[in-house]
This record gives sequence, structure tokens and C-alpha cells, in this order.
Amino acid sequence: MTSASDVKPNLMHKAQFIEGHDLPIPTLSILNADGSIQAGAEAPEMDHETAIKLYRNMVYIRVLDERMISAQRQGRLSFYLTCAGEEAAVTGSAAAFSMNDMIMGQYREQAAIRWRGFTTEQFMNQLLSNEDDLGKGRQMPVHYGSNELNFMTISSPLGTQIPQAAGYAYAQKLQGNQACTLCYFGEGAASEGDFHAGLNMAAVLNCPVVFVCRNNGYAISTPAEEQFKGDGIAPRGVGYGIKTIRVDGNDILAVYTASIEARRIALENNEPVLVETMSYRLGAHSTSDDPSGYRSKDEEDKWREKDPIERMQNWLQAKGWWNGEEEKAILEGYRKEVLDALKRVEKKPMPSIDELITDVYDTPPAHLQKQYAELKEHIAKYPENYPVAGGAKHG
Amino acid sequence: MAKMNLLQAINNALDTAMAADDSMICLGEDVGKFGGVFRATSHLQEKYGKARCFNTPLTEQGIAGFAIGMAAQGSTAVAEIQFADYIFPAFDQIVNEAAKFRYRSGNEFNVGSLVFRTPYGGGIAGGLYHSQSPEAYFCHTPGLKVLMPSNPYQAKGLLLSAIRDPNPVLFFEPKRLYRASEGDVPEEDYEIPIGKAEVVRNGSDITLLGWGAQMTEMHKAADKAAEEGISCEVIDLRSLLPWDVETVANSVSKTGRLVIAHEATHTGGFGGEIAATIQQECFLSLESPIARVAGLDTPFPLAHEKEYLPDYLKVYEALVASLNY
Repeated sequence: MTSASDVKPNLMHKAQFIEGHDLPIPTLSILNADGSIQAGAEAPEMDHETAIKLYRNMVYIRVLDERMISAQRQGRLSFYLTCAGEEAAVTGSAAAFSMNDMIMGQYREQAAIRWRGFTTEQFMNQLLSNEDDLGKGRQMPVHYGSNELNFMTISSPLGTQIPQAAGYAYAQKLQGNQACTLCYFGEGAASEGDFHAGLNMAAVLNCPVVFVCRNNGYAISTPAEEQFKGDGIAPRGVGYGIKTIRVDGNDILAVYTASIEARRIALENNEPVLVETMSYRLGAHSTSDDPSGYRSKDEEDKWREKDPIERMQNWLQAKGWWNGEEEKAILEGYRKEVLDALKRVEKKPMPSIDELITDVYDTPPAHLQKQYAELKEHIAKYPENYPVAGGAKHG
Repeated sequence: MAKMNLLQAINNALDTAMAADDSMICLGEDVGKFGGVFRATSHLQEKYGKARCFNTPLTEQGIAGFAIGMAAQGSTAVAEIQFADYIFPAFDQIVNEAAKFRYRSGNEFNVGSLVFRTPYGGGIAGGLYHSQSPEAYFCHTPGLKVLMPSNPYQAKGLLLSAIRDPNPVLFFEPKRLYRASEGDVPEEDYEIPIGKAEVVRNGSDITLLGWGAQMTEMHKAADKAAEEGISCEVIDLRSLLPWDVETVANSVSKTGRLVIAHEATHTGGFGGEIAATIQQECFLSLESPIARVAGLDTPFPLAHEKEYLPDYLKVYEALVASLNY
């Protein structure tokens, strides 16, 4: 029964309630941990070059994350947040989309912007808030964005991008862009009101948007079982009338297969799709967090055994597409690339103090220009107290 | 008396209130086992059980609405919003619901036993979404009370008053001072009256008025002025809604000059409300225009946080300009 005017309502004559778990949601699984293909499953069409590109993307992000965590501990950047454990969920989905498709992420999807070509130098510029940061040093580390790469700048408030993605996709459809929107968020953000508003509007207004919910088990310290009572996020998509699939997020072939199909449906049918990737946040929420206060090492170790990168590596090796020497070479190469870039970028100056008042509006209004003139006068009087404004490095 | 930092004082106040009131509940994101991202609710779940101190799903509007429901039932609800920057999804529940619950029902119902606690303010390299001071939005809402403590003693006494006040209260905690501010705090139960400012330093030449984390800068500015032989009277407003017009007006009538400082942006900041009222109350005593030192009218920056913030030097310059007017 979809509306009160339905002629043939589906009636029953005894009060029977539907249980919350009556809707069974299977999980798409293709790749075994040892790299073999599951019985009855089929690997997606993926040539050698694409497979290696996917794999290298995941390894790069793992290396970047490890190096940046150390750099944060050394006091070289203020904050960091890793994608560890979810590299396949993000890389496998992002790779299924075209460059014309917009990506609107949460903040744990550095693998997606890397896939589109964000350079090591660009990562470092943002992380160190210097004058070459595309975001002009205005946001905390990991809030990447690039107009050129069709990757909307990250916003810290959770879930806000979900209804925005529906609107973006609707406008793409109306403009005849032949493109869709890929929207990422976590299972915690799916508790925000914006999630419900966004999915419902996307469905009602037939928006070509693919929602990828990274269900990684934790929202900071809050485990999924304290986040929702139902069977994950996928049944909510069904509830909103959205085509929905759940995949093993540590299985890159499953994520890629589901995402290719999700994009096709979104574009061909002009309708939203929900993909729930089941994975685990292997690291802390961020460098400000310590998971030992709320979860066990045993639990973490169990998930480490399901590492998505190792799983793909096993598959590549079984196909004869990868070997230990190549592995060693890319690890060393990426480590060097990241550390060299960090050293280089650390020498760059902060953004000009003039950027303090730009971009609040298209042009700074008179009242703000006046405030800024007064500020500059003040700084000129006490230059030693405002070292950044004096052109020095970030203190 | 015990030495506590501001965070421990808040934790102690919550503990004291929960021990005295069986109906009191602490809720919010990560406040349960973890004790909150800043650990303000540490050990409360252990001590009072999961039913009375618990993690909520990640939804500020849900937290606010849920807390309102509990308060309407007559329980005491103390909800944490993880950062003041994230209070806006809850804005409708707080401004249209909590604030108007009593009025719209003709006092048939009320949500007086309700407090929203939330860390606010900059100085922690938090950028635009971990640094905001949104107090003015809420001070524009009849039906709410708004408190902003500046030290551990105030934090405990004001939070206990907030919890027991028969009206919904927003309690903004200066997170920059969570561990930086330490002081003697009575271990027993005590309350600090809402709506009363504290004259923290007596002086004769000029009045400096602030609240929360800004008080640190006010003291430094007054110290610097003292070196020049300028005597500043320093007032900590503590309570913004309602605010203590009498104490501020008495001081300004004496000194003839007033500098107000807040981290929040200049335009529409609460300093404007104070300036308008004080020029009304003290027009004939004023020797110079009331000065406001505030954040620039921009979102909160990251790389240029230090330049943006109203610091002691900016307060000092404002007070010198006022004296030389």
C-alpha cells in the first residue's frame, strides 16, 4: 500500500507484526582471504592495468596514513585521521565512477581523492595548511577538496553532504550532464536527520546518486550496536524505496562489482542506489582518540586478519600479476615520496594574512575590510606576537 | 577543597548532581563507557549504570529532542553536544521546542529540568568546525538561560545551579581551559546564582567585561595596563541570559568607560546587546564610546587563528584608546 488511494490494499485479518530483522540482507562476497574466488562467484571484468592501479591506490593510502600518523606524533602536523581497514571500500567504489561524477565525502575517503589524481604534494599542502593548500589553510587536516577533480571539499559536520548529494545529482540530471554523484558517509552519520532527509528526497525526486555507507563498526567510541537496533543501514534504503546492496567492504572485487552496477542503475534509470560496505575502522577515530578505552586488541586483531590489501595482493599474486619484489619496490617508493614531500612542503609559508577575509563572500564587504585594516594596524604594532602574519612558518 | 581542572570540576558537578537526584540522566555521543571525547562524563556510567549515563546515536537533533522528552516527563536531563559547532542540527529542538515549552502550554508542561552542555571556543587549532562561540544565537531566544563559566570553581557551582534551575539552560564550556584552568573547588555541593556577574578585580579607570575563556585575556590586559598605572575593574559576566545589568552598570558609572571582549564574531555578538543597554543605563557617566573587541566577521580560521582571536593585546589597545578618547 503506497498511498491511501490504492484500490487493492494488501490486507490481513489478524494482527501480525513484522520483526525488525525479517528483511534478510545478504552480503556480496567474491574474494576469499587467500585470494581465491568464492564458489559460485565471478570476478568482475578487470584488466591487469586497472587491477594494479586499484592495488597501488590502496597501498599508497596505507603508507600515507602510516607516515602521517608518525608525523603527527612528532608534532609536524596538528591532527590526522586514517582510512586504515577501509581502503578497499573506498578505492573499489571510487574506481567505478567517471571523472565527471561528483564525489561528496565525509572525511575518511582520502583513497577516493587519490584515485582521481590528488598528488602527494597536494595532500601535504592541505595537511600543513600552507599557501598552496587549495582550501587556503582554513580547515583542519584531512578536509581535502578539489574542483578540478570533482571532489567536493569536506565539511566536518556529519551527514550534511547526504541531502546535498541528492540535490547535486538532481541538477546534474536536469542539466543533462550524463553524470551522477557518489556520496560517502559512515554508519554513525546515518543516524543524523540529514541522512533520512537526503535518502527520502533522492528517492522521491529520482536523483542519480549512489550513496556508499561505510559501515566500519564505530563512530568514535560508539559501537554499531549502540548506534542502531536494525540490521545495519541497508534495510533503511529499502524502506525509502531505494535499490540497495550490501557488500563485504574488505573485498575489493565485491565493492567494485557492486559499484559499477550501482552507477549504471543510477545513470540509466535516474534513481538513487545505496551500497553498504561492511568493514572495520582498524585505527583510532583520529589522532585525538585512543580506542584502548572502548574496544579490545583481540577484536582489532581479528579484523587485521581480514585486511583488504592483503586479500587483493593474494588475488593478484595468484593471477601472476604481482610479486614480492614489486611489493617491496612500491612500499619503498611511496614511503620515500611521502617523506620527501613532507620535508619539502614543511618549508612552504602559511597562506597570506590577506586570505583571512577573502571568500567569506565573493568580495569582502566594507565592514570586513575596515576590521581587517584595523587588524593589520594592530599587527604592525606588535609583529613579534603574530609570527604567522609576519610571513613566518606555522608555529 | 580539592585542586581540580575545569573538566574535573564539571565531572564532579555531574557526579554530585546524579548522587543527589535519582532521576538525573547524562546522555550524548560517546559519553558512556568512554566518558565523552573530553572525558567530562568519566566514570559516571560505571557509578550510576548504563540506564543513567549512555551513548546516544549520532544525532544532535535526536539528543535534544530526547532530552526534552525526558525533562517534560519530570526527569532531569543533562545532554552533551560534543562540540558547540555541532549544536545546529539541534537548533530547532532547542529554540522552538525547549525554549517555548512552558509558554505555549500556558505552563501545563515545562522542560525546566534540562541542561545542554557543550564545549565552545577557539585556540586549539580546531578550524571552523571545532572553534565556534555560538552563544549569541541562543541569547536571542526567550525561554533559555545561557551560562559560560571561566574557571573550575564557577564551572561546578554554575553547572549545579543550571541542573537545578527550573528552566532549560545552555551551558557553554571553554574547552581551551578544560585542562589549562586549575583551581580550588569545594568537594561539597554548592551553587552559584544564575544572573549574577562576578567582579574579579576592583579598579577605577576603566571596566573590562568578558566571559568564559576570554577572561584569561582580560586578566593579562589588566596586568599590562597596571604596569602603565592604569587601574582596570574586571568583570566576569558568567551568565549571559539573564545578565547582570546592575553590576556592570554600577561599575561603568564608577569608571566611565567599558571594553567588552568575546571570541564570537563582532556583528550580532552579545557585546552589542550589552553596549546598547549600558549606554542607556550609564549615558551621563560615559567618558568614551563603549568598545567591543571580538572575532572578525569571518568563519573561524585555522592558519590565522592567532590573528583572528581577540587577545590581551587587542583588549589592551582598546582600553588605551578608550582612555585617550
